[in-house]
Amino acid sequence: MERWCEMSQIEIVRVENLKKYFPVEKSFLERLLTRTRSFVHAVDGVTFSVRKGEVFTLAGESGCGKTTTGKLILGLIPPTSGKVFFKDQEITKLDSEKLRLLRRKMQIIFQDPYASFNPRMKIGEAIGHPLEIHGLATGKEKRRKVLAMLERVGLTPPEQFKDLYPHQLSGGQRQRAAMARSLILEPEFIVADEPVSMIDVSLRTTIINLMLDLKKALQLTYLFITHDLAIAKYISDRIAIMYLGKIIEMGDKKEIFSNPMHPYTQALLSAIPVPNPERKRKIMELKGEVPSAIKIPAGCRFHLRCPFAENICMKEEPELKAVTADHIVACHLAKG
Amino acid sequence: MQKQLLTVENLTVEYWTRKGKVRAVDDVSFYLGKAETLGVVGESGSGKSTLGLSLIRLVPPPGRIVKGHVWLEGKDILKLREDEIRSIRGRKISFVFQDPMTSLNPVKKIGEHFVELIQTHEPNVSRKEALERAGKLLKDVGIQPERIDDYPHQLSGGMRQRVMIALAIALNPYVVVADEPTTALDVIVQAKILDLLKAVQSIYNTALIFITHDLSIAIERCDKIFVMYAGQMVEHSNVRDMCKNPQHPYTQGLLKSIPNIELAEQKLEAIPGFPPDLLNPPSGCRFWPRCSYAMERCRKAEPQLIETEKDHLVRCFLYGEMV
Repeated sequence: MERWCEMSQIEIVRVENLKKYFPVEKSFLERLLTRTRSFVHAVDGVTFSVRKGEVFTLAGESGCGKTTTGKLILGLIPPTSGKVFFKDQEITKLDSEKLRLLRRKMQIIFQDPYASFNPRMKIGEAIGHPLEIHGLATGKEKRRKVLAMLERVGLTPPEQFKDLYPHQLSGGQRQRAAMARSLILEPEFIVADEPVSMIDVSLRTTIINLMLDLKKALQLTYLFITHDLAIAKYISDRIAIMYLGKIIEMGDKKEIFSNPMHPYTQALLSAIPVPNPERKRKIMELKGEVPSAIKIPAGCRFHLRCPFAENICMKEEPELKAVTADHIVACHLAKG
Repeated sequence: MQKQLLTVENLTVEYWTRKGKVRAVDDVSFYLGKAETLGVVGESGSGKSTLGLSLIRLVPPPGRIVKGHVWLEGKDILKLREDEIRSIRGRKISFVFQDPMTSLNPVKKIGEHFVELIQTHEPNVSRKEALERAGKLLKDVGIQPERIDDYPHQLSGGMRQRVMIALAIALNPYVVVADEPTTALDVIVQAKILDLLKAVQSIYNTALIFITHDLSIAIERCDKIFVMYAGQMVEHSNVRDMCKNPQHPYTQGLLKSIPNIELAEQKLEAIPGFPPDLLNPPSGCRFWPRCSYAMERCRKAEPQLIETEKDHLVRCFLYGEMV
């Protein structure tokens, strides 16, 4: 796969020590009795940057904070602390009007194409709507742009698709329409939150390949959020693995898959089903289940489940450290 | 035919909706041997779940079984009286569904589920005895027996699915039908549950029908696979042959479109087009609008299943001249 700017090191998005804590709702009585507030540590200090022209993937199990991170980056929810930069502009400081202008450059595709369309709006109107909101095109110009975009995402003939309602499209077609709607403003950066997990198997690859084609043609950068590491491996340039609100390993795709250093990454990789009947599968056993994000374990947040945990893991939280030039891991036992 | 545990012949299920008849399962036949694992692979709407439900006559209305036989122990399940079939459901053929939260009763403790199930089928068993058996079953599926007094919401998704598996094997059935048992679960939990299914299968010597949309899992976990497309069986063989020599263009397309993390570089190829609307299925072969080998003949006539090699069935005109 060629990439339009293979060696680009220009950062388009930078995230610094980003945190999001959601307060846990308690009854009035409970609050009176305990006088403490507790929080869900959804994102708990995340730092990374996305380079121009790449597909950067946040991967992890449900509840690890990957979707919240995506929403924080676009300013859809305010962070508890930390900074997000989009090309040297600090998003976390912008007022809502400036943020709205910036949204033209940063868009999102959601997981559920059924829920993200207004059922009473025709597909063509929905796709053209952002142009009106941002005052970019109306009338004939808008119509021309909408038809061109429908064509681009493979909803052909576009004249026919623009007059359909969302319920008249299949899941795969609706996800194409969602892509058309986010691309119509000619953004540079797209957050794609599990864009294929609700789509039928035989159509998934079409959507993924379309995303890659569009990236090349329109010079896009993707932040791809997924729980499916097999798809992550196919689509990404770099991958960050999240566990309980933190990145525990991050690096070049090839590095992560050929030389996973964190025991959690190793366990995740060993659990992926492989379509090969000859393979003798060895699943790495983890103890227990993911602990609650309200009470994060002390020390390494993975130590309760880690088969290799030592004394230090219970006391000190490991920092992310470099293993090779483009591979960092947060584990006391990993050797650099 | 040799003696099999479960034999399904020409099973046809239709949903009679206001808009017309939808043939969800179209003339499906297969058999299942003792302790065998059969994977039923298909996309949403291919009829795989309807097929599973019709084995114990639980197709919800407006669905009805219009044709076929399901033979178990020399009896045709589809011809049994309602009280006779009740003694088969849960006892001889049991189910594990995708979403354990909707299959467990939220206001009943875990133990009560077992008591109800066991006492319904074995009225002589005392409550105490039933609870003892429940504790042992929970231990078998990796849950501490103390959790018997918990309510379903106190368990995690993975643990609930373990409870479902324990319930499914409680009466030592011949066949367990698992319909997307791990789709709602994370990948590590999924792997554990699949291992557990395999383990209980060998302890209890149960046959397993594994219904899934995920071909990777079916390949990894099953002995035989049959691929469903638009209500029809399009290919059926043992797993090794299916991977080495996939014959139906749909199976070939599926295999080329799933990512495999063992391969260093992979170019995935998509199957063009969309699955058909079963209210008006395409004429002829149901796959022809998406098939790159489609010939004139495929649009006109419907291909029949033929055996291209021993126990390898395929529904495609490409193989018509052989045999």
